[in-house]
Amino acid sequence: MRAPLSWLREFVDLPDDVGVVRDALDDLGLVVEGIEQVGEGLDHVVVAEVREIHPIAGADKIRRVVVDAGDPEPVEVVCGAWNFDVGDRVPLARVGAVLPGGFEIARRSMRGVVSNGMLCSSRELGLSGDHRGLMVLDAELVTTPGEDLRDALGLAADTVFDLSVGANRPDAWSIRGVARDLAIRFDRPMCDVARRAPSSGSPTSEFAGAVLEAPDLCGRLTVSVLRGVRVGPSPAWIARRLELAGMRPISNVVDASNIVMLELGQPTHPYDLDRVAGATLRVRRARPGETLETLDGVVRALAQPGRGLGDTGEDVVIADGEDRVIGLAGIMGGAATEISDATTTVLLEAAHFDPMTIARSVKRHGLRSEASTRFERGVDPELALEAVGRFVAILALSCPELEWVAAPLDVRGEVAPPSRVVLRAGEVTRQLGTEIDDDVARRLLEGLGFVTEVVEDGIAVTAPTSRPDVRTGAAGRADVVEEVARLYSYRKLARRTPTWPSPGGMTDRQLLRRRLRDALVGRGVLEAWTATLVSEAQVRRTHPDARLVRVTNPLAEDEAVLRTSLIPGLLDAWARNVARGTGDVRLAELGVVFAHPDDAPGRFTRGGEGGHTTLALPRETELLTVVLGQPGDDARTAVALWRVLAERLRLEDVVVRAAPAPREWHPTRSAELVDRASGVLVGRVGEADPDVVAPLIGPVAPRRAGLLEIDLDVLSDPASARRRPDGAIVPSRFPSASIDLAFVTPAGVPAADLANALRGASDLVERVELFDVYRGGAIGEGARSLAYAVRMSAADRTLSEGEVAQARDVLIAAGERLGARLR
Amino acid sequence: MTGPLENLDAVVNGLLGEVDTIASIEELDAREPALAGRRSPLAALQKSLGGLDPDARRDAGARLQAARARVEAAIGDCRRRLAAAERDRLLEADRLDLGDVVTSTVPDTLRAGHPGLVARTQAELEDVFVAMGFRVAEGPEVESDWYNFEALNIPPAHPARGMWDTFYVDLGEPETVVLRTHTSPTQVHLMETAVRDGSLPIHSVMPGRCYRRDTPDARHLAAFHQVEGLVVDRGITFADLAGVIETFTRAYFGTDVETRLRPSYFPFTEPSAEFEITCQICHGTGCRTCSHTGWIELGGCGMLDPAVLEAVGIDPDEWSGFAFGFGIDRCAQMRHEIADMRALTENDARFLEQFS
Ligand SMILES: [Zn+2]
Repeated sequence: MRAPLSWLREFVDLPDDVGVVRDALDDLGLVVEGIEQVGEGLDHVVVAEVREIHPIAGADKIRRVVVDAGDPEPVEVVCGAWNFDVGDRVPLARVGAVLPGGFEIARRSMRGVVSNGMLCSSRELGLSGDHRGLMVLDAELVTTPGEDLRDALGLAADTVFDLSVGANRPDAWSIRGVARDLAIRFDRPMCDVARRAPSSGSPTSEFAGAVLEAPDLCGRLTVSVLRGVRVGPSPAWIARRLELAGMRPISNVVDASNIVMLELGQPTHPYDLDRVAGATLRVRRARPGETLETLDGVVRALAQPGRGLGDTGEDVVIADGEDRVIGLAGIMGGAATEISDATTTVLLEAAHFDPMTIARSVKRHGLRSEASTRFERGVDPELALEAVGRFVAILALSCPELEWVAAPLDVRGEVAPPSRVVLRAGEVTRQLGTEIDDDVARRLLEGLGFVTEVVEDGIAVTAPTSRPDVRTGAAGRADVVEEVARLYSYRKLARRTPTWPSPGGMTDRQLLRRRLRDALVGRGVLEAWTATLVSEAQVRRTHPDARLVRVTNPLAEDEAVLRTSLIPGLLDAWARNVARGTGDVRLAELGVVFAHPDDAPGRFTRGGEGGHTTLALPRETELLTVVLGQPGDDARTAVALWRVLAERLRLEDVVVRAAPAPREWHPTRSAELVDRASGVLVGRVGEADPDVVAPLIGPVAPRRAGLLEIDLDVLSDPASARRRPDGAIVPSRFPSASIDLAFVTPAGVPAADLANALRGASDLVERVELFDVYRGGAIGEGARSLAYAVRMSAADRTLSEGEVAQARDVLIAAGERLGARLR
Repeated sequence: MTGPLENLDAVVNGLLGEVDTIASIEELDAREPALAGRRSPLAALQKSLGGLDPDARRDAGARLQAARARVEAAIGDCRRRLAAAERDRLLEADRLDLGDVVTSTVPDTLRAGHPGLVARTQAELEDVFVAMGFRVAEGPEVESDWYNFEALNIPPAHPARGMWDTFYVDLGEPETVVLRTHTSPTQVHLMETAVRDGSLPIHSVMPGRCYRRDTPDARHLAAFHQVEGLVVDRGITFADLAGVIETFTRAYFGTDVETRLRPSYFPFTEPSAEFEITCQICHGTGCRTCSHTGWIELGGCGMLDPAVLEAVGIDPDEWSGFAFGFGIDRCAQMRHEIADMRALTENDARFLEQFS
């Protein structure tokens, strides 16, 4: 919301220092997002009359313009705007002028034409947001070429605050509301602005009607008749005020409506009385099948259920005396009853509508207006006729014969009464932890229009009608305490760092993640972050048949599906690095992948309106995926990395098992990682499919990429991925003996199984390590020779040669039980 | 049937038979011109049609075209079959029994790795909070509208919904499932669990990835990371909230950092505040980054709204608490003065290698 300082000052005397006001606004929660100084930077900007316009050879966007700037000689400038003609008067920034944005005007040459200044738009001069072309001065304005623009326009320097107002401050969505907060902060009185009263004479009911058929959706409907209207432009200061506040002046009637809305927060809607059948406004629900052409020229179907949760399609409309819909209540009027130059009698609606209903209609029709923004938040139901009085006072400035017909129609619907809560003695202090005297709290609240009263058990506080956001009960008390804290100043509140007996800490899963990350970083891996929302094609790379989990409103079609794997994203990232010449990288990501609930049932949650239904949600699995893409990396590197990680995690016995490779994995160089005891799949290790790598890497030398994928859900479950017990073994002080054993082992026997058998064969065995694999030669087809180094020791003695030889026999026998034969 | 195409079927069958005998891609490449190309018998037949009258020529041309298509299809099949066989051969030659990998023979170069900037920042923040007595909790990224909004006092069509640009997930009724827009639904899960287990109080922080339908630019990504804190205990006041924020910002950003709270609005807290810290660029003297105020907005916070407590079955007269939240990515951006946040998801090694 834009709040010009001059307008705020109509309501309250404010300090001269803009910084002080800004600070106060911030501390009141009316956050200043920007400050605009207007009417500054206009030195050396003068009125100029356009004399000649010439094309420039070879340029189709700019023209050479000759203007009279009051000097003996005409001035030549180059200009890119097209919205003016010879004879128009426009602002000329002379060479040496510094415009409000800090832009300094210098003599420049464009396409060989020298430009001695710049003709300006309204925005370039900081006068409004209008940048559709040059600011062409009103022909009725009496100006002289060469005259200072500020003198010509009667501009005074001003400051405009751009405020962000929270949804719980409907009362602050107006100049007066902001001023009221400032008045409390600076402890200064509020002033009032001029209002008119209805005339005496025949009552409005003789000329107009008001019917309220939906009292639950419309809290108040007032209808006024204004006679003696002459539609024309607003006085200059009104137009200027609107522009500073960010609205365009249109006509005196529309401008008066906008001024009142900005100033007091009450939207009003003027109709041409002669165009409203029966001069009657009727508020009712729209019926299915009805349509309305709104002022923006769009024909809208009414009462159509929307997509949003609980949206039944309810629209509140204004209908005329013949029950035809003429406006979408609180949002936008219809084209048919619009004010025109010929309007002489205005039917003015000032009403209160149910915020939730307006909000739903706004969303459903995708139609937001200044009025709806205010109704959505909640307009003070008591404000309607006060606002009309202000409207009349403003319109009367340009319509001297204006008359507000006596006894405007005023129909009341249902509005929740203002909340009343009782703050127990000392409750403010108890909630804030800051000693704030109850009397101080009362004074602050009363400044905002709250009514307070000392009752037996504390202070009874009744909210003003401008604060429908204040609730009842415990929530209402919190609302009131917030108002006290806000007006008292958050900056003055006490601070205390609490302590509690329970220690902080992380879960096993979180610690596991950190260990994995540390171990990876220690092996030269870079941690990546790839997109969660990907294209359907990307999902299909790994999951050709999966049901897709789609986002209904993606930013782009290739970011519309939740990923099912981290592999494509990481391989792409790897390939991008190779393409950029940035390297031979190892990349890893710890991230979540998603499975459609129909493919992976089991996750249910509360949902629907009120949380009353049960919803099936996608299963989320956290994976660690690693792409090993340094030169020389391949499936072996991935296996070695896995062994490092398994060691780091103290995994008891996860083995590498041959298994068919899924998509993107190398069909003959991939395997599963399985916990031997539980049989649960922990992950997968191997290499990327060469047919996937080749197109990614392009014409560079054939390259392998090792792949590792681990399921953290499995890994963090000790029943699935068993850990070594904590008990430590003190090694023997006696020397150990090592023997090497090479077995010709059938293809079906994994090396890990044989090692395991050797380890379990004798109590003397300390450690078994595979050190060589050999195929070919005398070894038969399909088999291979596996050579293990076996270290043995005893706790209480040095092993004798006989004992070692005996153990060797036992180990050989253990190997033979698996079909392995000593080589 | 007589005429030039009298033996067409036999010719085609002959060609198809030849295709069947081809055993390698090289052979196929070599023989293709003679089977379907310029030197094929079909090309010769084509030339022989010249003498026919126009109608007969059209019919014959169509037959010849169909015959050519059959041969070409057979060649295509053959090429695919041979390519698959070639791939199988190469894969078989490449076969590696991963159970037999001898760790000591796998070459490796010593090289430093680098944790992700977001992950590292998150870990640093977690450490600060753990030291202050917070447990670290987590929750899912796909949530129901109920947990993401309604249980947090944001019913459908609430004007505050506009504060979050929401990605809706195409499951169930429209707009019932969302990509969480903040980590706050985890707060609701934590409170529900604590009520069910009778395990109040709660002192937790919740880091995690969130999503907002914001077109990515230098300052925003559609996916981002947030950490929220939740305390529910007896006798907790706004002073405790302000104190916790001051303590953690000093622990993370440095002891010379001041914090400032200003009123704000969040549907799930009351009173609510935004918290600002001394600008990390100019150290409070005013610069462009902080719009010359000396302060940078870091996050939002507030006392838990009694309506939120009541919705999960916690008596607001007995328990009170606060919540706060801020962006992890934003902390990282501030500390490292990252001009464009999109670098975070590009995974360029030159970017990643700067953090440790
Ligand atoms: Zn700064």
